[in-house]
Amino acid sequence: MIYREAGQFKTTYTADQAVFPIVQDRWFIAAVAFLALGVPFVANEYWLQVVLIPFLLFSLAAIGLNLLTGYTGQLSLGTGGFMAVGGYMTYKITTAFPDLNILVVFAAAGLISAGAGLVFGLPSLRIKGFYLAVATLASQFFLGWLFNRVGWFYNYSSSGTITAPPREILGIMVTGPEATAEVRYYVALAIVTVMAVAAKNLVRGRIGRSWMAIRDMDVAAEIIGIRPFRTKLLAFSISSFYCGVAGAMLVFLWLGSAETEAFDIVVSFDVLFMIIIGGLGSILGSFLGAAFIVLVPVLLTNAPQLFGLTMAIDLQKHIEVVLFGSLIIFFLIVEPNGLARLWQITKEKLRLWPFPY
Amino acid sequence: MDLLTAVFVAPFLDMAGSPVFLAEVVIVGVLTGVMYSLVALGFVLIFKASGVFNFAQGVMVLFAALTLVGLMERGVPVWLAILMTILVMIGLAFAIERFMLRHLVNQEPIILFMATIGLAFVLEGVGETLWGSNVKALDVGIPNASFEVGGILLNEFDLFAAASCAVLVAVLAVFFHYTTIGRALRAVADDHQAALSVGIPLKTIWVIVWSVAGFVGLVAGIMWGARSGVQFSLSLIALKALPVLILGGFTSVPGAIVGGLIIGVGEKIAEIYWGPLLGGAIENWFAYMLALVFLVFRPQGLFGERIIERV
Amino acid sequence: MISNKHIGEVLLKLEDISLSFGGVQALSNVSFEVREHEILGIIGPNGAGKSSMLNVINGFYHPDEGRITYKGTTRKDMRPHEAARQGIARTFQNIALFKGMTTLDNIMTGRNTKMRRNFLWQALYLGPARKEEMEHREAAERIIDFLEIEAIRKTPVGRLPYGLQKRVELGRALTAEPDLLLLDEPMAGMNLEEKEDMCRFILDVNDEFGTTIALIEHDMGVVMDISDRVVVLDYGRKIADGSPDEVRTNQDVIDAYLGVPHDIPPDTPPDDTPHANPQP
Repeated sequence: MIYREAGQFKTTYTADQAVFPIVQDRWFIAAVAFLALGVPFVANEYWLQVVLIPFLLFSLAAIGLNLLTGYTGQLSLGTGGFMAVGGYMTYKITTAFPDLNILVVFAAAGLISAGAGLVFGLPSLRIKGFYLAVATLASQFFLGWLFNRVGWFYNYSSSGTITAPPREILGIMVTGPEATAEVRYYVALAIVTVMAVAAKNLVRGRIGRSWMAIRDMDVAAEIIGIRPFRTKLLAFSISSFYCGVAGAMLVFLWLGSAETEAFDIVVSFDVLFMIIIGGLGSILGSFLGAAFIVLVPVLLTNAPQLFGLTMAIDLQKHIEVVLFGSLIIFFLIVEPNGLARLWQITKEKLRLWPFPY
Repeated sequence: MDLLTAVFVAPFLDMAGSPVFLAEVVIVGVLTGVMYSLVALGFVLIFKASGVFNFAQGVMVLFAALTLVGLMERGVPVWLAILMTILVMIGLAFAIERFMLRHLVNQEPIILFMATIGLAFVLEGVGETLWGSNVKALDVGIPNASFEVGGILLNEFDLFAAASCAVLVAVLAVFFHYTTIGRALRAVADDHQAALSVGIPLKTIWVIVWSVAGFVGLVAGIMWGARSGVQFSLSLIALKALPVLILGGFTSVPGAIVGGLIIGVGEKIAEIYWGPLLGGAIENWFAYMLALVFLVFRPQGLFGERIIERV
Repeated sequence: MISNKHIGEVLLKLEDISLSFGGVQALSNVSFEVREHEILGIIGPNGAGKSSMLNVINGFYHPDEGRITYKGTTRKDMRPHEAARQGIARTFQNIALFKGMTTLDNIMTGRNTKMRRNFLWQALYLGPARKEEMEHREAAERIIDFLEIEAIRKTPVGRLPYGLQKRVELGRALTAEPDLLLLDEPMAGMNLEEKEDMCRFILDVNDEFGTTIALIEHDMGVVMDISDRVVVLDYGRKIADGSPDEVRTNQDVIDAYLGVPHDIPPDTPPDDTPHANPQP
């Protein structure tokens, strides 16, 4: 009853094309923003470190992959590779230019990652579907190998690990061992918010329409004047930019140090699962999917203890894997548009509630 | 200049300098290639017969091998264990059809593909929950003695693997081209709905083809497992079958074999002769990069059918 | 139909176009012209090469031989998106809409080639980018009004019935404000009422926007009614070209449709079923 749009009239096209055309939605988003800003005051370090920060950075990676796979229809299994580019390049740049603002470094690393995406997107000129998916595996394995084997990328450190050096913004430590979880959370939140809004803007304008046109029918898209190759490459680069920044956040705002294993193929699959479960072709879905994939392991770790049970770590891992796998199949069968679609249906029902139609 | 020499001259001099060593490298490559081919064969079968790109084929290999080892560890004799594993794989085919494929008829190929990624996770998790995730040795009594021919070291086991692969391929070729079921399979691959409308029982066909793929997976699992132990990495090695498919074409049985051999030999030679230049372990990505280059020039693979676009 | 509109210069000139796939000769030495502001009907039995002809015009196929002169310049092989940028739009025999997108978004894609702001502006969605988006939204809304599809603006096109999908597809082509509009069987599979609607839209487009239209259609009555001129293809060759009345009485055309034994190729059985009556 409360969720009604009766009496709200749109008089301009601008109003009609707003992201949240309904007043109640805007209230809802304000509440979410309030929660997001307030959560560090109630959550402890564990929640920030184990749940919220990874949720944010994986949301960003999921948005990146969603732009490519959900919107443009180019399936990629190389997300981990592009995230690695972001992580390692941030490390290289910030150790070479310690005075450069770390956010600028993130952006620069993202651009390099976008370049890598561009290169590995080149085969999309000729191939599509799972052919392309296999091709993107090349980026995953090649980039993983590159950062593992070529010492230059990790400054020849003996362990082969990259460690986030202490960097500050406006006198506040944001990376390195002294940066508090709260600060890192806020930085991540700011980056993700800005980039998510940008992504939403992209997909509702000309570029988003070109992407979706390519996804839905590339031949027809070309005949109405969309240049397929350019459009796909743009999707590859922007997607990789997002993944690259997410990778930088993974090392610098979350783990603090990393090896190439942090970006291996499992990560690529996890991010793919996020967008399938959350919803292909939905920015909101990227967040929902990331929340889901990040929370399930946490629940599996904590739930048995609540009931006084102990679960072997092995078994826990296996259950997680089986659960993810079955959910993927379940969602593809029942709701290929994922959680985001369920959310939309709920809202549509709510608009009419308590009447059936 | 030095670099050019190191890349374009030195490796070939090395090869010419020690042909016996080169031959051994090639043979090792061929045998690895045979293994890749076996996995790729499973992919091709399912793709040819149902248009599904089965990402889970690699995990099916692992699953079959795990089941076999698990049964043998519990004291079941080898022949019975193999038989039981075959039954398990057939049961699995039924389950996959019942719970997954049936609900995805006529979906876009990419959706089916992603569903098989989900399937891969389920199988991996279930397999390891049931049988444990530690490395296991698999010994089904394949002879394993080494002998020498013309100064080149050979292994009975490897010959056995190559021979069984050859037999398998021959049987499958006959099956596809000369039996009614084979024809029905190809019809299903072309168009699900059209096949249904001429009275081909889609469900049965799917069960059959997934069972056959499961059986091929078991053979591959036995070979891989006996060689390097049964462990999770088996499913990752099986990912190498993907570039093999790109090279060979998704629909071609001979392509799977030739592609497997090219990748097997290619990556071994690259690793031994060029690997040190790049810091080693280039085996990890060589196959994928080769496939990538290949895709740009010949997207349909060596033997695949040409894709024609229509408006 | 009595038209008092002014038919202008030659817009598109095709000379000796030949096209073959493998061994099949789809088009051989076809020449004709399309003049500004006219409606040109292209007819012919199945497999006569009509769709191939359209595909050649908008750059999807490249002819083996022959010359295409469009807006006075003889063009080389081009990709379809270049043709689109030069003002050639089309619809398809089997609807080629973007199924996952709404009617509005589908129609907006027709404006894509006219939008200039780069992705950085788009990401900001402020100032010029927003202004541009709104201008084009207005243009799209004009087409939506014109085609009377306001009610389905926000519906994903995959859910629409066939007739409406055809209309949306026409809308997408129209929003591009083409100089030359190619329609591939715009009325296939429609009932009488839908056909009448579609005819009215085609005539209105031609009348109001002055768009030149080349259309393929099987319904002979429709073609003869709305076309200013008709080109008849058979087995990849042009067998007639003229006003509807001239074509109607042309012996070759009657033969092609009623199935008189052919001289080329001689072995074709004469039972080619006619799919439309040449006398409406």
